[in-house]
Amino acid sequence: MSEPLVYTFAVDGDNFTSAGEASVKMKKNLRMLAISPDIIRRVAIAMYEGEINMVIHAGGGVATVSVYADKIEIVLKDNGPGIADVELAMREGFSTAPETIRNLGFGAGMGLPNMKKNTDSMSIESALGVGTTISMTVNL
Amino acid sequence: MKILEISKLLNAEICCGEDRVESEVCSACGSDMMSDVLAFVKDQAVLLTGLVNSQVIRTAEMMDMRCVVFVRNKKPSEEMLEIAKDSGIVVLTSPMRMYEACGTLYSNGLGIKGENESHE
Ligand SMILES: Nc1ncnc2c1ncn2[C@@H]1O[C@H](COP(=O)(O)OP(=O)(O)OP(=O)(O)O)[C@@H](O)[C@H]1O
Ligand SMILES: [Mg+2]
Repeated sequence: MSEPLVYTFAVDGDNFTSAGEASVKMKKNLRMLAISPDIIRRVAIAMYEGEINMVIHAGGGVATVSVYADKIEIVLKDNGPGIADVELAMREGFSTAPETIRNLGFGAGMGLPNMKKNTDSMSIESALGVGTTISMTVNL
Repeated sequence: MKILEISKLLNAEICCGEDRVESEVCSACGSDMMSDVLAFVKDQAVLLTGLVNSQVIRTAEMMDMRCVVFVRNKKPSEEMLEIAKDSGIVVLTSPMRMYEACGTLYSNGLGIKGENESHE
């Protein structure tokens, strides 16, 4: 398999209830590809955290998952407000989420560090007023 | 412990997944913060929570959990139950408060160590 299998999902930024649908679907896709449960869980958690971030912080975006022979790549792209200080955002406990988001069970400032923890590589490209693109890979 | 036994100990109503209540689980956790569940939970099969929204079920699905227990008689929506059925997750609702529900399960032998974690 030299060409990757590519899955693309539009993530609706106006609907908190549907947030995470893409990650649930992707998890099913990976199960059908007979990838090990441990890898599937890591991909699912990282993608879900990123998907929730796109919904609560960026008004939605696009998630693209590419499955290669030796790795899985997850790219999350949004046209939201961007992240002013990426290093700060990566710190455990840093969050700009308002009370309303905390009441929904999110906003502890754990998402980005958890994405890093669950993947083998992660990079964030972000520009204020333009948007954020997060790329992560998990080796197979 | 069987999920059926959990439902009995917690006086809980089974909202969906009746066909899976005979399956065995060996650990649980309790939280209202899905952020924390995603970041800190490891191999716990049961989630007890007082938070009621679709993200609770999706978080459980992402973590490969088998059962969600809503405490304080909170009732999941039809939409949430659809997501749970689709993911094969048993959903229970118990009149107990979080502290009492967790304490009841813990004192009856349902621990905090997941299947793949070592027991010190
Ligand atoms: N896609 C994004 N667009 C704009 N800002 C973002 C984006 N993702 C993260 N951020 C910023 O980085 C901060 C930290 O993100 P992180 O996911 O670690 O925590 P959180 O989403 O606030 O809380 P949690 O993930 O624990 O629910 C956010 O509070 C937000 O300010
Ligand atoms: Mg987050």
